[in-house]
Amino acid sequence: MGMRWCSPILGVWLLLLTGSIVEAQQAAPPASNIVARGEYLARAGDCIACHTAPEGRTFAGGRAMPTPFGTLYSSNITPDRETGIGKWTAEDFYKSMHYGRFPDGGLMYPAMPFASYTKVTRADTDAIFAYLKSIPPVNQRNREHDLRFPYDNRQLILGWRTLFFSEGEFKPDPTKSAEWNRGAYLVEGLGHCGMCHSPINALGGTSQSDAFKGGLIPMQNWYAPSLTSNREAGLGDWSIKDITNLLQTGVSARGVVYGPMAEVVHNSLQYLNDDDTRAMAVYLKGIAEASSPPPASSALPSTESSLLISLGKTVYDKNCASCHGAQGEGKPPHWPPLANNQSIEMQSAVNPIRMVLNGGYPPGTKGNPMPYGMPPFAGLLSDNEVAAVVSYVRTAWGNRGTPVSAREANELRSAPLN
Amino acid sequence: MFARAAATAVVMITLAAIDGAAAQIANQPPDTMAARVEACTPCHGNKGEGTSDVYFPRLAGKPAGYLYNQLLAFKSGRRKYPPMNYLLEFLTEPYLQQMADYFADQHPPLPPVAANDASQEVLQRGQLLVSRGDPQRQIPACGSCHGPALTGMEPGIPGLLGLRPNYISAQLGAWRYGTRTAKAPDCMQQVAARLTEEDVTAVAAWLASRQAPVNLAPVPKGTYVLPFACGSEGD
Repeated sequence: MGMRWCSPILGVWLLLLTGSIVEAQQAAPPASNIVARGEYLARAGDCIACHTAPEGRTFAGGRAMPTPFGTLYSSNITPDRETGIGKWTAEDFYKSMHYGRFPDGGLMYPAMPFASYTKVTRADTDAIFAYLKSIPPVNQRNREHDLRFPYDNRQLILGWRTLFFSEGEFKPDPTKSAEWNRGAYLVEGLGHCGMCHSPINALGGTSQSDAFKGGLIPMQNWYAPSLTSNREAGLGDWSIKDITNLLQTGVSARGVVYGPMAEVVHNSLQYLNDDDTRAMAVYLKGIAEASSPPPASSALPSTESSLLISLGKTVYDKNCASCHGAQGEGKPPHWPPLANNQSIEMQSAVNPIRMVLNGGYPPGTKGNPMPYGMPPFAGLLSDNEVAAVVSYVRTAWGNRGTPVSAREANELRSAPLN
Repeated sequence: MFARAAATAVVMITLAAIDGAAAQIANQPPDTMAARVEACTPCHGNKGEGTSDVYFPRLAGKPAGYLYNQLLAFKSGRRKYPPMNYLLEFLTEPYLQQMADYFADQHPPLPPVAANDASQEVLQRGQLLVSRGDPQRQIPACGSCHGPALTGMEPGIPGLLGLRPNYISAQLGAWRYGTRTAKAPDCMQQVAARLTEEDVTAVAAWLASRQAPVNLAPVPKGTYVLPFACGSEGD
């Protein structure tokens, strides 16, 4: 079973946690209301993002998920007895979350983030199950996956599991605070942040030692920055308030969320209560590493770089400065600063290039229902101008990024947008 | 003495707070829809009047219900254009309604009618289809839904003037091939499916050649009865 309720450390931790929830002003739903608690936890796990198709019925599945190995279709998790999980028991549900196995023992594809959900407690999977049993059943048959040979052979998952899956509920670190541990539980477990914020290797797995070190998200061509390096999205020098603002509202004094992270805030993080958001912030701030390797030097010859950067300033002053400020100071939180903005400076220039090309809106949230948007410049700027302005913002005002080439800008024009 | 000091302190703190708040407001983007929809302007123009790109439509003055339906369709992916789908995916429906209302309320002047290289024959065919339809092929006149002056009807039927031929023919083509769809009953798809490619070219050329009337506003809901049911028009 893997249940460790008798652990004295966990016992103490739960006691502390219960105490803090009771004291909080905006507390999680009372434990007695298991369905409401399950709904809250399902939000924390962002189940809806994959298990609901565009314009589809909630949790009825059928969403296409392109992977490097073919297209997977998410499953119906409504309580329909024929096509959903209506015949499952709470034990079956726990097994799916904890071991990545169907009730008949069959193996789930790791697009289902069971490598993270394995850390979720039985009490929490029971609550999520109670919630899913309470929603309207939808009779909608699951669509067959469309995977290329040899990935259509489920036995391959066994190999993947051997390499990348270690089963086990979250074990709190007794040397850390209850708040830090609650944050760790949410980030590593239901939040499944590591699914994107860890490098993905050619086998579609992430290794433990690379956890939260960032990586390019396959098929989406957005770079999920490292959560441990302060040179990327490491939050070591952010205030807790800025982190909680970013997670709850999508905007902050230090920067805004965009790309796939906008989805996460929109569907999941904005619904977390103040205590849980703060716990995640405390944990995320805590895992940032004090030092990190310096960014790689630019592949561009220095004469080309300086030409680009001087053109970049012209492009910037004409198109960008009216919102982001002549000194990259922005008007935070709505018009984010570009000076000292890790998202601009980090080694991978994929995200700043894509923001210039595609623009974007931060998500609409309770805390920021009418976000300001960035215009797409793909149709207004040439490859050379895009490279120039990105090179400029990456190196101006004390930013420590590196120049980028027109070729890099050109390649990202064809990056998928949805 | 203490009371006076305390009062002074309160005043000072209050002044400081007001000062701080003023500084904060000065340091914020304008609290307007115009500032919030700047992301739309490179393609659609500052007031939704359109730009030099012939495939990007004018938004200004179209019925708010029509604009809202399009924003929803882009958000859900029903209407496929990745740059739009990407921008709108995580915005809330009330906010999309506000965006629709904003552009519906803009009334920049229409651009002058561009020179048209369509032949007289093509234009005549277009005029015939727009004004009379083709009863034999069960094609209604455009004006029977889009209004006698082709300025549309609240809440969901757009006007057809002020658009360029490339945009009109691209949209009619998308309806014909089923890549653009609307809520059932999808009246526009039914009509477009009966059009040939030559029909589309002719209709687009004639519509784009029309001088717009002085009053471009869509007529109020229920001004005339539609020839058949239309999901976009709502209840």
